[in-house]
Amino acid sequence: MAWNDNGNGKDPWGGGDKPNDLDKIVQGWQRKLSGIVGGGRGSAGTGSAGTYVIMVLLAVAWLGTGLYRVDASERGIEQRFGGYTQTTMPGLHWHFPYPVEVVDIVNVEAVENFPFQTEMLTGDRQYVFIQMVVQYRRTDPYNYSFKVVDPESTLQDVTESGLREVVGTSTLIRLVTEQRDQIAPRTQEIVQNTLDSYEAGITVTSISIERLDYPGAVQEAVDDAQQAENDAGRYILEADTYEKDIIPRARGSAAKVRLDAEAYRDRVIRDAEGDASRFEALLDEYQKAPQVTRDRLYIEAIEEVYGRSNKVIIDSESNGNMIYLPLDQLMRRDNRNTAGAVSNRSVDTQTSGGIANQDRSAIDPRQRQRDRRDPQ
Amino acid sequence: MSNARFAVMVVFGLIIIVLGLSAFTVNEREMAIKLQVGRVVEASYEPGLHWKIPGYQTVRKFPRRILTISDQPERIFTAERRALQVDFFVKWRIVNPVNFYTSTGGITEVANDRLTEIIRNAIVTEFGKRSVEEAISVERAELMQDMLATATDTATGLGVELVDVRVKQVEFPNDVKNAVYREMQEERARVAAELRAEGRESSEALRSGADRDRTIILADAYRDGQILRGEGDAQAASIYANAYNRDAEFYQFYRSINAYKKSVGHDGDILVLDPNNEFFRYLNQSSGEQQ
Repeated sequence: MAWNDNGNGKDPWGGGDKPNDLDKIVQGWQRKLSGIVGGGRGSAGTGSAGTYVIMVLLAVAWLGTGLYRVDASERGIEQRFGGYTQTTMPGLHWHFPYPVEVVDIVNVEAVENFPFQTEMLTGDRQYVFIQMVVQYRRTDPYNYSFKVVDPESTLQDVTESGLREVVGTSTLIRLVTEQRDQIAPRTQEIVQNTLDSYEAGITVTSISIERLDYPGAVQEAVDDAQQAENDAGRYILEADTYEKDIIPRARGSAAKVRLDAEAYRDRVIRDAEGDASRFEALLDEYQKAPQVTRDRLYIEAIEEVYGRSNKVIIDSESNGNMIYLPLDQLMRRDNRNTAGAVSNRSVDTQTSGGIANQDRSAIDPRQRQRDRRDPQ
Repeated sequence: MSNARFAVMVVFGLIIIVLGLSAFTVNEREMAIKLQVGRVVEASYEPGLHWKIPGYQTVRKFPRRILTISDQPERIFTAERRALQVDFFVKWRIVNPVNFYTSTGGITEVANDRLTEIIRNAIVTEFGKRSVEEAISVERAELMQDMLATATDTATGLGVELVDVRVKQVEFPNDVKNAVYREMQEERARVAAELRAEGRESSEALRSGADRDRTIILADAYRDGQILRGEGDAQAASIYANAYNRDAEFYQFYRSINAYKKSVGHDGDILVLDPNNEFFRYLNQSSGEQQ
C-alpha cells in the first residue's frame, strides 16, 4: 500500500485540511512557491522579477480552474488522483486543480425519461404492441458514477428485459384487459430490483404505458372484432325495438277484439230482450181477442206482400183452356233478380183467357224499411 | 547564473521527471496490477496515486465497473425443433485482475468473446430443453441459475464474475412471425364472427319471443271474445225461449207472417195467384162464400 492511505488526512497535497477561504489558499501557495523559488532570488536578487510575476499569475490561474459550482439539483463527485474523496452539496466549491483532483457533476433531481416501444411475444405465442415512457432519476451519484458502465443503456436493456418477463408470462388477452394496469408496476419492480443489484445508482420513478394494443399487422382484424361487438349490440337493440313496436300494437288489437265481443254480447242480449218484449206485448193483446187479431195480422201481412209484388191471378177451375205464361220473359224484362218466390199456388196450365197482369209497381224503399220495423 | 544554482535546477528537474515516471493513478472505475518483469507483484490497489519503479515495473489497468455483452440475437431451436431468435445481454465484471490478466492478456474483448461463447452455448442448451411457450415465458431466476451452473467454472478461470444474464427478446423468425400475425387475424376474425352470430342469435330469440307474445295476446283476445259472444248468444236464446214458450203456436204464426213480409214480394217477384184463396175470399162476392 502506498503512502496515500485514502481518507487518513495525511495527504501531503493538503486535501485533508483544505482551507475554505480562497485567499488563504492562494497565500499558502504563494508561500510555498516563494519557499522554492525564493532561495534563488535571495542568491541572485536581480533581473527575474518579471518571470516571478508571470509564474505567480500562472499559478493563480491554475488554482482558479479548481473553482466549480454545484446547482441545487446537482451533486459534485470529487476525486483525487482518481480516488473518490467526497460528494459536495449545492454551492460554490473548490478542488485542487487538474491533474490532482477532478469533479464530476451529477444531476440527482432531474427526472429524465426515454420512450420505449416494442412488439413482444406473449406467453400464448401472440404479439402485443407496447409503447411506454420510463422516467428515472440518478438518485445515487456515487454508484451512478462508478459502478456500471453506461447506466443509461443498462436501464434500457433492463427495461426491455423486465417488460419481456412480464409479457412473456401472461397471455395477450389478459394483458390487454385485466392485467393492463399491472404491466407498468410489475415491470418497474423488476427493473428497479435489477438496477439495485447492479448498484446502478438509478431510481425508476415511473413507467407509464402509453399504448398497449394488438400489433399493427392485425389491427384491421381487431377493429373488425370491435365493430362486431357493436354490430351484435345493434342487432339486439333492433330486435328490442321490434318487440317494443309489435307488443303494444298486439295489445291494442286484443283490446279491440274483446271490446267488439262485449259489444256483440250486449247487443244480442238487448236485441233478444227487445224482440221478446215486443212479442209478449203482442201476445197479451192477442190472448184478449185471438181470432180478430190473428185475422188482422194475417191479412195485413198478405196485403203487404201482395201489394208490392207483380201478380198473375189465374182462376184455376173456370175452364180447361190452356194459357201460356211466358214467365221467363216477364222476369227478363223486369231485369231483376229471378230468385223471387212464385206463388205457392200451382199454376193450372189448362186455364185459358186468364189475366196476365204485369203490374210492376215499384216499391218505395222507405215503406219496405218501415214494414220491417212495424210490428203489424 | 552560478553553477551551484544551475546544478540545483538540474537536480530539481530530474527529480520531477523521475517522480512523473514513477507515479501512476488508479481511478475509481479501474483496478490495476503491477508487474515486475512479467510477474505480478501487486494486485489490490485502492484508487489514488501510487508508485512504481520506472522501466522495471509496469502497470496494467482493467475496468472495475460492470460491463455489458450485448451481442447479435442468437438463433436457437426449442425442444420441438422450432426456431427462435433470442436476444440477450450479459452483465459481468472483473473480480480477480491477476487471473483476468493471465488468462486474457488483459484484453477485455478476449474475455467478451470467451464469455459470449459460453453463454451462447448455455442458452442454446437451455432453450433446447424447453418448448416454445416455456422459452417465451422463461423467468429470469431459473435462467440465471442454469447460466451460472454452466458458466461458473469458465468465469472463475477468467477472473470474472457473471453478474446477470437477461433475455431481452424471444422472437420468431420473420416467416413464422407472419404466420403468427395471420393466426391472430384469424383468431380475431373468429371472435368477430362469433360476436355477430351471438348478436343475431339474441336478436332472433327476442324477435321470436315478441312474435310469440303477440300471437298469444291475439289468441287470448279471440278466445275471450268468443266466450263473450257465446254468453251473449246463450242469454239471448234463453230470453227468446222464455218469451216464445208462452204460446208456441202463436209464435209460429207471428214469426211466419213476419217471414213472409220479409222474404216474399221483393225485387219484382211475380206471384201467380189463384183467386180462390183465402185472401181473395171477398174479391168475387160480398158474402164471402167460397165457390
